[in-house]
Parts: sequence; C-alpha cells; structure tokens
Amino acid sequence: MLGYVVRRVAGFFPILFVIVSVAFFLMRIAPGGPFDQERALPPQVRANIEARYHLDEPLWRQYLRYMGDVLQGDLGPSFRYPDRSVNELLTLGFPVSLTLGLCALGVALTIGGTSGVLAGLRRNSVVDYLTMSVALFGVSVPNFVLGPILMLIFALGLGWLPVAGWGTWRHLVLPSVTLGAFYAAYIARLTRAGLLEVIGQDFIRTARAKGLRESVVVLRHALPGAILPVVTYLGPASAAVLTGSVVVETIFSIPGIGRYFVGSALNRDYTMVLGTVVFYSALLVAFNLIVDVLYAYLDPRVQVR
Amino acid sequence: MNRQQQGDSGASPWHDTVRRLRQNRLAMLGLVVLAGFVLAAAFAPGIAPYPYDQTNLRYGAMPPTRAHFFGTDELGRDLFARTLYGARISFAVGLMATLVSLTIGVAYGSVSAFVGGRTDHLMMRIVDILYGLPFMFFVIILMVIFGRNLLNLFIALGAVQWLTMARIVRGQVLSLKGREFVLSAHALGVSPPRLIVRHLLPNALGPIVVYATLTVPAVMLEEAFLSFLGLGVQPPMASWGSLAAEGAAAMESYPWLIVFPGLTLTVTLLSLNFLGDGLRDALDPQLSRRS
Repeated sequence: MLGYVVRRVAGFFPILFVIVSVAFFLMRIAPGGPFDQERALPPQVRANIEARYHLDEPLWRQYLRYMGDVLQGDLGPSFRYPDRSVNELLTLGFPVSLTLGLCALGVALTIGGTSGVLAGLRRNSVVDYLTMSVALFGVSVPNFVLGPILMLIFALGLGWLPVAGWGTWRHLVLPSVTLGAFYAAYIARLTRAGLLEVIGQDFIRTARAKGLRESVVVLRHALPGAILPVVTYLGPASAAVLTGSVVVETIFSIPGIGRYFVGSALNRDYTMVLGTVVFYSALLVAFNLIVDVLYAYLDPRVQVR
Repeated sequence: MNRQQQGDSGASPWHDTVRRLRQNRLAMLGLVVLAGFVLAAAFAPGIAPYPYDQTNLRYGAMPPTRAHFFGTDELGRDLFARTLYGARISFAVGLMATLVSLTIGVAYGSVSAFVGGRTDHLMMRIVDILYGLPFMFFVIILMVIFGRNLLNLFIALGAVQWLTMARIVRGQVLSLKGREFVLSAHALGVSPPRLIVRHLLPNALGPIVVYATLTVPAVMLEEAFLSFLGLGVQPPMASWGSLAAEGAAAMESYPWLIVFPGLTLTVTLLSLNFLGDGLRDALDPQLSRRS
C-alpha cells in the first residue's frame, strides 16, 4: 500500500510540469496582449510596462523565470489589477469556490447515493422508475437553465431564499443544488447499476444465508462494492464541478475564482488565467491521487497491478 | 463481411438491433422529437415567421402572443425565430465536434491497442491523466486565443471529448486482436493500417456508434455553456446557450426569455440521452453496465 502511494505521488510532479508548460506556451502564442487597448499606448510607456513584467525577454527566459517562480509558489502579478498578485486574488476567491464545490458534491453524494441505493433495492418498483426518470431529467437540464429557473421560483417567486450574493448559508442553497443536480443524477444512476451488479453475486447470497439482517447485508457487504464506480467518478466529477462553478458563480454573483477566470480570459490577463489553470490542475491531480488511493483501499485487487 | 460474423441468430445483427430499438418507446420518442427539431432547424429560413435579427424597438420584450409564439426579446426580435436559428448552431456544433472527437478517439484507441505493450501502457496513462484535468478551462483559453468562431468551437470541443472514445475503442480492439480472422488477415500479409480500418474497426462499430450518440448531447451542452459565458457564438447570431444567457439576464422582468430556449435545449438533450441509452441497450446489452 505504501509503495503504491509513493509511486503515485512521484508521478504527480511530471504531470504538473507538463500542464504548466502547455498552459504557458498556449497563452503566449495568443495574438494580442493584455495591454492592447482601444487607445494605443505611447511606445515608451509600453516598453516600460513590458520591461516590468519581463515581456521583453526572449520566450525561453520568460518560461524559465515563470517555472522558477511557480516552484516557489509565486504565480506572479496580475496584469489587469496591477497592485494585486495572482496569489492574492486566488486566496480571496478560493475559499468561496471551495465551499460551493464541496456543498455541491455533498448534495450530489447524499441525494444521488441515497436515491440510487433505494432504486437499486426496489428494482422495477414505482420508487425505481420515479428516481430514474428524475435522474434522466437531471442529466439533461443544463445548470445555466436550472439555476435561473430555481432562482425564479424560490427566490423571486416564493421569496424563501436570497436571489444572489454570498454570506449566509441561505445564499448557498440554490447554487449548491444547481451545481450538484447533474452529479446527483449521474451518481444515482451509477449507484443503482453498481448495486444491481453486486447484489446478484455469490458472497451476497452467502451473507444472506448466514442469516444477517438485510440492512447489514446491504450496508456492510453490498455497498462497498457497489460504490466503486462512484469513487472512480469522483475524480472527473470534481473537475467538472470546478468548471461548472464558473457558470453558477456568474449566475448567482458569487465572488469565487470561476467568475474572475472568465473575465481575465477575456481581458487576456495571462498570469491570472495561467495561475488559475495551474492552481486548479494541481488541485485536481492531487484529488485524483486521493481518489486512486481510496480506490485501492476499497478494492484490494487494484494493488496487484 | 465482418458485420455478419457477430450474429448468433439467422437474422443479421443490425436487423436485430433495429428491432430492439423500435421496441424501446422512449428511444423512439427521442428519435421522433429529434427528427422534428433537426428538420425545423434545417428549414429554419422557411419556417421562421421573421428574420432572426430583425429588431422592432417599439414592441420590445412582449410575452408570447399569436404573432410571436415565444414572445420577443428586449430589442423586439422574435424569440421563436431566434430559437430556430439557434438550433442550427447547436446541432451543427454537436455533429461536427462529435466527428472531431470520433476521429481522434478512434485513431488513438485503435493504435494504442494494436501496437500494445509499452506504447499502449504509456498512451493509456496519458488518457488517465488527461481525464482529471479541468478541460473546459483549456477550451476557454483556446477560444480566447484562436478567436470565437464556429470552426474553432468545433475543434476545441472535439479535441477535449475523445478520451472515453479512445478507451472504448482500445478495449474493443484489444479483445478482437487475438481472434482468428485477425490472425489470418495478418498471416495473409495485410498491412497494419488496413487491418485496423478494414477488419478491426467494423467489428467495434456498435460501441463506437453508441458512444458517439452520447457524445452529441455532451458537446451541445458544452457549446451552450461557452455561449452562455459569451465565449461561443457571437451576436447577432444566436445559439441556445447565448439565448439562455440573455434570458437569465432579463429573467426578473421577462421570464419567457429563459423558459423557451431553456426548455428547447433540455428537451433536445433529453431526447438525445433517450436515444443513446436505447441504442446502447439495443446494440450491446452488456455495455449498459459500463454507463
């Protein structure tokens, strides 16, 4: 187990290196720069600005400089907000995005997991058909349609929850549901399929034959095997939740990273965009690592590889 | 010739598939709805009662009436016409990007499985890594760098959607590689590229078709996502995503602006998912567990 973890952690750094490099060069082949405005800058001002951000150096020097800075955890200054560093902007936005993302994943796992288990246990019952229909609907409604409609009903119509903004737990409800709905639906389908596959196997029959209570059979014996596909899905799901939060943060005016990302991409704020991609990629690669280790823990057969 | 080899019964497997698909009511419903939408999109210029970009400021933002089924937006443009033209963009992106992803995924997966060994291991490891990345961020960067036009949209979306396809094709080719007909073709001196294209891929067609069908809604969703953020189709052209964005912005005063495009998009995605699931069950009952 330890060897497996060490090997996976060792693989973490080359991956990150490639991601940072690709993102860096992608941003630099873009025509037009962050300082192209409607009014052309006097050449000297421009030269000064470029010198300040080292944009006048050859590309390989810029690359080495950036890599060196990233290694020290410095993502550079923001081009658009000259008195702020990318680190500061990320520190401001990340707790917000993280809270939203975790709540959405929480919604997805609890609702999706529970309804998936219920549907799987009562196969072909009304409960099964109902949850699976809702789930099918859930994977088909885009979050940018669901969000405004939920807002229209629960905030503008009934007035139960705040329309937008950030601060109290009440602000969290609609965005989390909007963001988590798709994954809840998908996880419900995965859990149901996983449960159906496991429940037909011999060791479940053995457990029942031993006279164990049905709840023990399901929770202790069937569920760990049944949720394996869900665990695998957590990696891609968290990547998608981060992406989806871009839209949800925009709809509900939430001051997270996602909302700034779109703005900085449109403004060609290289360092900010690059910083966000590097930060999120590192986060996700690390998260995938945890998921893989968790998977190996749940399914001992994995270690044989 | 290869297609026939899979069948156990007398009838050809494709015949069987079509029969099973026709028994699936939801899938047929999806097919009918989609066919209607695609036809409407194709003949949009003939059906639309008004040009999609004709403004009429005096009648700005009217709720649905007999003259304007879906109402009008703030500039007095007919929402029905705009939704119809939006369908053209959405379907075009769905098809083209799926084609791009199909090409990359099939090529990558089949080569990986066919070459095998270390190369295969490395190629699949790359796919594993790419799986965990926040891909839409890269698409956003690509759109910003190369300009927000349709062609770039096709390529950027297709370029990030091929991973699952590559895995599925690899699995199929891997399991077919050791079969007798492949060995004999090999013994006859058929070149590797020809072997892949003529002998291996036709036998893997079922899962490929199924997954391609499921890719279409995914890509359409992504296009709408980008357009919603203002990174996709540019005005005055409209796609369902950009219509939803305009609708969300004006929702408090004119709720119909979000309801109609949102509903159209949802119904389309739902139909595509019905059809994809139906095809999967019809073509290969075993595949349904993989979801």
